[in-house]
Amino acid sequence: MNEATPPKEERTAALSGLGTSRKRVEDARFTQGKGNYVDDLKMPGMLFGDFVRSPYAHARVKSIDTEKAMALPGVHAVLTAADLEPLGLHWMPTLAGDKQMVLADGKVLFQAQEVAFVVADDRYAAADGVAAVKVEYEELPVLVDPFKAESDGAPVLREDIADQTEGAHGPRRHPNHIFTWESGDREATEAVLAEADVVAEEMIYYHRTHPCPLEPCGCVASMDKVNGKLTVWGTFQAPHAVRTVASLISGIAEHNIRIISPDIGGGFGNKVGVYPGYVCSIVASIVTGVPVKWIEDRSDNLMATAFARDYWMKGRISATKDGKITGLHCHTTADHGAFDACADPTKFPAGFMNICTGSYDIPTAYLAVDGIYTNKAPGGVAYRCSFRVTEAAYFIERMIEILAIKLGMDAAELRVKNFIKKDQFPYQSALGWEYDSGDYHTGWDKALKAVGYEDLRKEQAARVEAFKRGETRMLLGIGLSHFTEIVGAGPVKNCDILGLGMFDSCEIRIHPTGSAIARLGTISQGQGHATTFAQILASEIGLPAEDITLEEGDTDTAPYGLGTYGSRSTPVAGAATAMAGRKIRAKAQMIAAYLLEVHDNDLEWDVDRFVVKGSPERFKTMKEIAFASYNQAIPGVEPGLEAVSYYDPPNMTYPFGSYICVMEINVDTGTTEIRQVYALDDCGTRINPMIIEGQVHGGLTEALAIAMGQEIAYDEQGNVTTGTLMDFFVPTAVETPNYQTDYTVTPSPHHPIGAKGVGESPNVGGVPAFSNAVHDAFRAFGLTQSNMPHDHWRIWKTAQSLGLHD
Amino acid sequence: MYQTNYVRASSTDDAVAKLDDEAKLLAGGMTLLPTMKQRLASPETLIDLADCGLAGIEDLGDALKIGAMTRHVDVETSEIVAKSIPALAVLAAKIGDRQVRNRGTIGGSIANNDPSACYPSAALALDATIHTNSRDIAADDFFVGMFETALEEDEIITAISFPKPAAAAYAKFPNPASRYAMVGVFVAKGDSVRVTVTGAGEDGVFRHAGLEAALTSSFAPESVEPVTVSGEEMISDMHAASDYRAHLVKEMTRRAVAACGWP
Repeated sequence: MNEATPPKEERTAALSGLGTSRKRVEDARFTQGKGNYVDDLKMPGMLFGDFVRSPYAHARVKSIDTEKAMALPGVHAVLTAADLEPLGLHWMPTLAGDKQMVLADGKVLFQAQEVAFVVADDRYAAADGVAAVKVEYEELPVLVDPFKAESDGAPVLREDIADQTEGAHGPRRHPNHIFTWESGDREATEAVLAEADVVAEEMIYYHRTHPCPLEPCGCVASMDKVNGKLTVWGTFQAPHAVRTVASLISGIAEHNIRIISPDIGGGFGNKVGVYPGYVCSIVASIVTGVPVKWIEDRSDNLMATAFARDYWMKGRISATKDGKITGLHCHTTADHGAFDACADPTKFPAGFMNICTGSYDIPTAYLAVDGIYTNKAPGGVAYRCSFRVTEAAYFIERMIEILAIKLGMDAAELRVKNFIKKDQFPYQSALGWEYDSGDYHTGWDKALKAVGYEDLRKEQAARVEAFKRGETRMLLGIGLSHFTEIVGAGPVKNCDILGLGMFDSCEIRIHPTGSAIARLGTISQGQGHATTFAQILASEIGLPAEDITLEEGDTDTAPYGLGTYGSRSTPVAGAATAMAGRKIRAKAQMIAAYLLEVHDNDLEWDVDRFVVKGSPERFKTMKEIAFASYNQAIPGVEPGLEAVSYYDPPNMTYPFGSYICVMEINVDTGTTEIRQVYALDDCGTRINPMIIEGQVHGGLTEALAIAMGQEIAYDEQGNVTTGTLMDFFVPTAVETPNYQTDYTVTPSPHHPIGAKGVGESPNVGGVPAFSNAVHDAFRAFGLTQSNMPHDHWRIWKTAQSLGLHD
Repeated sequence: MYQTNYVRASSTDDAVAKLDDEAKLLAGGMTLLPTMKQRLASPETLIDLADCGLAGIEDLGDALKIGAMTRHVDVETSEIVAKSIPALAVLAAKIGDRQVRNRGTIGGSIANNDPSACYPSAALALDATIHTNSRDIAADDFFVGMFETALEEDEIITAISFPKPAAAAYAKFPNPASRYAMVGVFVAKGDSVRVTVTGAGEDGVFRHAGLEAALTSSFAPESVEPVTVSGEEMISDMHAASDYRAHLVKEMTRRAVAACGWP
């Protein structure tokens, strides 16, 4: 190193690479209202489409009269299923191997289902047109209870497939039954349960809710009839998959379709699926010859596009007298609504629900999931979680608490006793997963110490006594949660969506002056990809993060990838980024060797340069190498400095964490006051601690919403009773408690930089922490299980049922 | 879009002159505009009352007179209100969110008489007088039923006069999603005690005779305990059944009395 070379630390800091709390480069435009969202798009001649939606949950469509609507000024077209049928587009495939009506084909199966598509000059004219379309319905009996789906006299919902005894995921035993999916050893589990000292049994319901992103779903479709190219701008979490699906169902060659995801205002799984609005906009653009925009309003979004959860999980868990868990049995009744439109990898119709053994060394387990049709909206997406992982985590974290009650044990102690031990990793779970890494005891101990767990238990016991003496009406709940996620789908050998392997990609171009552009197959919806992926790359290639442009979401320019959901961006595309960076560095090493007139092996990497071993004064920086790659004729080396990596992960990653919520509950009103939320996350290598903290805050707030009040509810006629934000709870800063975040670092052994993904952990771990706090407050009074969401009324009813109002 | 004309009235007389069956008066618009967006209302004309000189807060000595077009934020932050009837400022501060409070008006809220709105409970508990362009109406005669008032078709609220109580307080149990009152109780103490309930009654805001009698004889939180509050004729919806609302009425009454400072 010569005197002009700044010290290593200084040069490392100048890169803003891995581990730096770099400010989000996106925020300059987002915080100034300068984002470019799909609804900001305005194109010459653009028309606006809107849906006539069904007021009924189940009805036959006797007739659709579009005449009056067509006569209105500004209305250009009204599409119905009859118009789409000749094109074969009145139905479309779902991501789960089912099919879904694009527009009502003879009947409607859920309230707010798309019946006709009105295309007009603008949003207002379209609304006039929608109001003028006359639809004659004949109401049919409604099925909202999945447990009644197979009873005698249950209405048959899907007459189109009523006779099919074989579905996309195996045999169907009833017209309203979609699939049965099994994992683990049923007989062995029954045997263990039969012989166990202690068995706890409970039905755990994880209610239906909705991701409700700030920006609803929408698109602008533009068919250029001159060159035959279709461009669709939309709120797509997986633009390449949308392109392929659009090509397959429309017959338009894939190279003639360009999908662009502009800035997206939150997705949380809601924007993974393919919706009738996309298909209708494309058809309308073809019919009218001009661009057509479709944007949901809030009620459309809540009532018609993908919901989440709605799992009834019947659990049995067995243990020895001293609390060693011996077996776990789970039967889940999954309410999928009218069409099976879950967004899961093909081979996993219940997602990764078989992570439901959680953080525990449970030797024997069995899971069965029955998917059921009901008269509700389709969906079943992973709302800020990997596929069905939050359901699994909630299930096991409730079962642990219930087992602790049955054993008369402290729930923290029961967890410690059964955690998978550090030396058991990689760990083979009874339901077939290989947990790549973990160190549960360390984080858990840290968490218990941080909240002063033993003192809290003493305070709680004193509170119970004070309550019994009539001195207080407030109870204290300590909500424990230790979650293990499974994210980063996934290895192509067992993970695909519609046959598309779930690898991801990164393509890097270094410019002559030593700056770069990287393009990825993912798409940020607020996660800050442009910030974090540049940091990964900065550390790999020794160029400052601020000199690296990140681009995603345009299928004409970005390499093929499966998009952003299920915390897969960092585990998969992040790995691709590191690997592509390493390819750049390998070529840079050859160039440096040529320039320095040494052998490749005589060089070593030093932050931002290659240095001749033993001669620190002889080096070439990446900036110098970049320029050389454009102006030197190097024998055996192509000009330029570019690389691409398609990364097929060898395994999933398994982030984990210890969350604790301390909650005060007013027995008389059912209100809750959150005193402390402590969240310790282990997401492996930490790329940007500030963004991690932000992700955890956001996820905890969504978890709070779900656990404490947010739901999509239906009445017996199948009407959505929470179709607006007047009834669907979305917490603001006012309702959000203070959060205390913490971490441990257990790098993933198979990920190039050891990162595991974090965006969804707080939702997965947060929901059981909040819910367990409510349950724990009432444990001394005999409560074992109550259903979420724990809104004031439900908590009040719980207190009443336990005799606490007497 | 269905045609809607927007006009500004220069006075209440001008507004009445412009009013017909297909027109609606626009105060703050915090209920009317969302209703129009959902096409539950489609007036041909909106008559904006902003230029009618109806905003302002006046201390009349024994009463407080608040102009109909006074925004919630102005009541919330008014020094006059804070000095004379602080409970009104507390109530105003809990309405909706900041955006709503910056547009919504007291007159609009009183005229709409939403069963979950906050202001009707204050007007009724404080024995307010509703001034209109043609007469004065006692609050007891004004609130007729859910979304119904004694107002005639061509009658416009100009101001509300609130007699200053010896003590008053508002306790609100908000719906967490909408922040409307799931139950709101306004307690006002003068020669006697008036207790009004919003958010719970099937016919909108109402006075509770049992609570009033108990608190008139002894103004203390514990006086609430023996009073029977029936859930009959109370709202049951997905957020709260009538028995829960009835329970909350007592709880909110206790809180309001406690907040008054007693005796």
